Amino acid sequence: MTLSEEELAEELRDGVVAGAPSRTRLIAGRFFRSGQGRLGFGVLALMFLLAFAGPLVSPWSYLDKDFTAFLQPPSPDHWFGTLQTGADVFAVTLRGMQKSLIVGLLAALVSTALAAVAGAFAGYFLGWTDRTLTWVSDLLLVLPAFLVLAIMSPLFGSGQWPLFVITLALFLWMVTSKVVRGMTISTKEHEFIQAARYMGVAPVRIIFRHVIPNLSSLLIVDATLNVSTAILTETSLSYFGFGIQPPDVSLGTLIADGSRTAVYAPWTFWFVAGLLVVTVLAVNLVGDALRDAFDPSSKRAR
Amino acid sequence: MSPVLDVRDLSVSFGGVPAVREVSCAVRRGEVLGIVGESGSGKSVTSAAVMGLLPPGARVTGSVRLHGRELIGAPARELTSCRGKAMSMVFQDPLSALTPVYRVGDQIAEAVRVHQRVDKEAALVRAVQLLDLVGIPRPSERALAFPHEFSGGMRQRVMIAMAIANDPGVIICDEPTTALDVTVQAQVLEVLKKAQQKTGAAIIMITHDLGVVAGFADRVLVMYAGRPVEVGGVDDVYYRPRMPYTVGLLGSIPRADKGGRWPLTPIEGSPPSPAALPPGCPFAPRCPMRIDACEEREPPLFEVGDGHRAACIRWKEVAPYTLGVPAVYGAPGSARRTPRRAQRTVLEVRGLVKDYPLLKGTLFRRRIGTVHAVAGVDFDLREGETLGLVGESGSGKTTTLTQILELAPPQQGGITVLGHDTARLDAARRTEIRRDMQVVFQDPLASLDPRMTVHDILAEPLRTHGQRRPGRRIAELLSLVGLDPSHAARYPQDFSGGQRQRIAIARALALEPRLLVLDEPVSALDVSIQAGVINLLGSLRARLGLSYLFVAHDLAVVRHIADRVAVMYLGRIAEIGQVDAVYQAPAHPYTQALLSAIPLPDPVRERARDRILLEGDLPSPADPPTGCRFRTRCPKFRAELTGDERRLCVDVEPEVRPLSADQGAACHYAERRDVV
Amino acid sequence: MAGFLARRVLNYAVLVVVAASLAYLLAATALDPRSNYADRTPKPPAAVVDAQLTALNLNDRTPLLQRYATWAAGVLHGDFGRSVGGTPVNDDLRRRMGVTFRLVVLGLVCGSLLGVLAGALAAARQYGWFDRLSTGLSFVVLAVPVVVLANMLILAATWANEHVFGRQVFLVSGEHSDGLGTGFWGHALDRLQHLILPTVSLSVGLIAVFSRYQRNMMLDVLGADYVRTAMAKGLSRGQALVRHALRTALIPVATYFAFTFGTLLTGATFTEKIFGWHGLGEQLINSIFRNDVNTVAAISFLAAVAVLCASLAADLLHAALDPRVRAR
Repeated sequence: MTLSEEELAEELRDGVVAGAPSRTRLIAGRFFRSGQGRLGFGVLALMFLLAFAGPLVSPWSYLDKDFTAFLQPPSPDHWFGTLQTGADVFAVTLRGMQKSLIVGLLAALVSTALAAVAGAFAGYFLGWTDRTLTWVSDLLLVLPAFLVLAIMSPLFGSGQWPLFVITLALFLWMVTSKVVRGMTISTKEHEFIQAARYMGVAPVRIIFRHVIPNLSSLLIVDATLNVSTAILTETSLSYFGFGIQPPDVSLGTLIADGSRTAVYAPWTFWFVAGLLVVTVLAVNLVGDALRDAFDPSSKRAR
Repeated sequence: MSPVLDVRDLSVSFGGVPAVREVSCAVRRGEVLGIVGESGSGKSVTSAAVMGLLPPGARVTGSVRLHGRELIGAPARELTSCRGKAMSMVFQDPLSALTPVYRVGDQIAEAVRVHQRVDKEAALVRAVQLLDLVGIPRPSERALAFPHEFSGGMRQRVMIAMAIANDPGVIICDEPTTALDVTVQAQVLEVLKKAQQKTGAAIIMITHDLGVVAGFADRVLVMYAGRPVEVGGVDDVYYRPRMPYTVGLLGSIPRADKGGRWPLTPIEGSPPSPAALPPGCPFAPRCPMRIDACEEREPPLFEVGDGHRAACIRWKEVAPYTLGVPAVYGAPGSARRTPRRAQRTVLEVRGLVKDYPLLKGTLFRRRIGTVHAVAGVDFDLREGETLGLVGESGSGKTTTLTQILELAPPQQGGITVLGHDTARLDAARRTEIRRDMQVVFQDPLASLDPRMTVHDILAEPLRTHGQRRPGRRIAELLSLVGLDPSHAARYPQDFSGGQRQRIAIARALALEPRLLVLDEPVSALDVSIQAGVINLLGSLRARLGLSYLFVAHDLAVVRHIADRVAVMYLGRIAEIGQVDAVYQAPAHPYTQALLSAIPLPDPVRERARDRILLEGDLPSPADPPTGCRFRTRCPKFRAELTGDERRLCVDVEPEVRPLSADQGAACHYAERRDVV
Repeated sequence: MAGFLARRVLNYAVLVVVAASLAYLLAATALDPRSNYADRTPKPPAAVVDAQLTALNLNDRTPLLQRYATWAAGVLHGDFGRSVGGTPVNDDLRRRMGVTFRLVVLGLVCGSLLGVLAGALAAARQYGWFDRLSTGLSFVVLAVPVVVLANMLILAATWANEHVFGRQVFLVSGEHSDGLGTGFWGHALDRLQHLILPTVSLSVGLIAVFSRYQRNMMLDVLGADYVRTAMAKGLSRGQALVRHALRTALIPVATYFAFTFGTLLTGATFTEKIFGWHGLGEQLINSIFRNDVNTVAAISFLAAVAVLCASLAADLLHAALDPRVRAR
């Protein structure tokens, strides 16, 4: 306790108490003590740095085409070589990473928020709220996400990628929301929720003040793992031309192009694929280490 | 006769933190050793260490000899051949101790086949015999059932059957009755006695309940902070304790056999964390007899009598425990009992009925019937009064409580809270009543949001009911329940169990309610802590003029705190009345059985007592017996009534009839009788 | 239980109907079969195009609901309409269903069995070398999307064929070679050569997922009281693990199976497309490019049915494994 009693009394009078940041600090401590967490975090930070600061040091932009070098192996001039079109692989890869990272982060954020709210409402109110939400999530599980995104892909062209993010998020939340629903039902049995109810606290307020905060560890971990799912889904869709549309590039479109020339020009495939795998791996490591940090008793990973 | 099991200087530590320190004990054939201690005292770790079932990472030193064979450091094969054969174990929670996916008979047969060369059929036949021995009706049929199809008491019988399958020399029972209701506990203890007679095994009975040990054990070992602090014959330890901790423990138990409202003597503070033991006697910080010398070094076990040893340097001065007011602890000023006058009624329940759909299966849910959880309950609670609502699991007391707290129109009957009928409440009025009726739950850790500070927890009711600046009130509340106001910035996890319950009480008092509903408020606490909370509740009632609806399964606690008591059985009230009247001369056969099943921490009385044992399990509330709901298990119905008299019990459901000024029983043949 | 099952099946049937209808409506709105005729030379007259589209029930000038009604009426009679090329969708899909079925079942069996085995082994010796190795490997595998994995496998196989074997051992395109005259065994070997890589690409991810899940479930169960009871009876650790822990830990894994099935179908789509297998997945991607509304809707219908069958199978498996959920 860092507050002296006088300061505390002062604060008490004002009705605000500086909540001891003990829990956050404790979890951060546990997270960074694990080798896995440090490695994942470090690599992920590096990837972000590369994606967003890399273009500043690269002599080529992703739009440039070097008409003197078509499909050339890596050289001091073109660090990752060039594509068939003469584009610099390093520059386009970074551009693709930027897009993939942003799409992944946003989609994960949106889908986890959706999952938290839908799951908590379904689990808290049960009855027809639950039946409706469960039915909708079942329907979305039955409807192949890939199919709907593919059908809608013509709409994602010309800079409409935020729409893509939303649609992607719409197909990522169901499983998390089922977990949240189950945990809400058991959290609801906890006496502190009952106590709040019998105190007269409104249900929606109970959900946002007691239920969701108490599931935050699950949500943070799931959000992290959803980032990797979103990146992977985006990549697969873009690979078949259903995701990010030209002239935008993402890791998926680059891998699709690269895989055609990979046999005789390996640099067009392996750099992009490698960076993708390393990024997703780092995200998964962070998620796993976070899970351990939140719940040291269970040493689990997906 | 040499001991069957001889434990010498057994110590266990987990990652350098000692959990058990220098435990020595021995049991002979046919002898029962009770190991008593509160949570965290190391008693369960001791039993796991003896069985060799500690998780990896535990460091065990010392010696455990079974029939002269050393077990510590013995190869895994040797241990495996001992376990279940020479030494077996009964665990606390019979629900999780049986593998859910195998049939009960197969699980017992497996225990037989591990150690005996018999074929599958013979092992199954033996399993059925064992089930019969432990008193499971229709054993050959029940052997084919899965564990989830058994009640708690029946599962514990299965565990005992498994434990005696190979005629072991020692049976270790780790809190075997803690998860069970008191009448079922009496049945299971009876089965254990029978099993012991049959096998001649020595029993080590680990428990926190001093009453269970008093009647069952020959010798007692009291543990504190991972170490034995007093060992001896049962009578020596109970009547002539020489360790202040034992004295405190005995003094803090509420007694079902004692009338009058004497305050309990709680032991101040809470047990030390095993990671930070004080340098001297671990009990010194809580001990009323502490002197400087206590803190110098940990006292060894002194020989204080024949086979009686205690770890206290002032053992000669520890006055013998006298019933009533212990001499060692100064008793706080006594509270007086409020007489039941023509006072205002704060809560009235009339003919309350609540049914639930009975659902089957977790995956394929379907409704297969109706659970009549509450089937017509009447009682009232006057201002300044405490009504104890007692009953075993399935009695409907929790449903009754929930119905009152919901403030929703009841399915049938009526609830009137503070003069308002819940069937005719609008939202605004309901919120208003919530101010005046607050609740304290059983588990203080579960009832406080772990993500909020104590300040926020206490501020929530105040803010909900429109108080903007709750700071000053929070400080007041914390001092009211005996906590330091400067602790408001801490989280519930930073407090001990008793302190957490005090926080929960403070929250309930925040809005200055008139009626407090207490749902098993002390049953999750250790006895030494429990006493402090009970005393606090008593003094708050006197100071703030509160009315309590006190729901509990522990009849001793209820006798201690309540003015009136209502005993529930299968959704109905069996007996209701003034506490002393009901406890001294219960009139309903169920109340009589319930009271006679409570173990008393008094070895001589306990040995002399004649228990009324109930047969079988509680009938399903989905399909209650016709007429009197208790008749299927009623000792009176079975043994005393004639055929004609029985017809009335079968045909007509009895209503509560007054027997005296303030005692009534729902029995056609009610007859007051002293059973405690 | 039978009545209960019937209710669940009915519920699923409603889901399938809604899912298929949604898929049809989405496809009919977003896809534009008319554009198929735009690049033809000579450009067909508008009236001819209209007539053809109308014949195929693809004309965007017919109101959407009317097209839907025509389609739905056909589906009720078991007819999914015609593709943009004019061939019946039913015939085409019937042929392809077998291909996809083979791939998915094989991948599922390999993936779940090996995954459960690996997970159980890893949990039995937590933090042992196998646990560490399998954990590390599954982390890497889970970070590789199927499209990248499949391409990596093709590259590796091409390299291995050239530099290690010196002949075509792994065949990377199609499900069998044409014009092979080497009798039954020759055909069988040829099929196997085609089968290895797609199966690997499909099941590796499943193995990783299942092994992680099984490991966690096992670890949860290892601390359970009944495992302690089993050891207190005198069973050795190994016996207690296999007889009591593994058996119980299988229950949640069986329910998990339903969740993975959707992912598996998507994975199969990518695998088919990349390895040139003429299955439903490949056809789905192709038909989206060809604006083939009827085929897309039919495949969505089949996918929905498959997912629900899997979840029904998972429920039944759960009931078979766990006496607690079986109705007496």
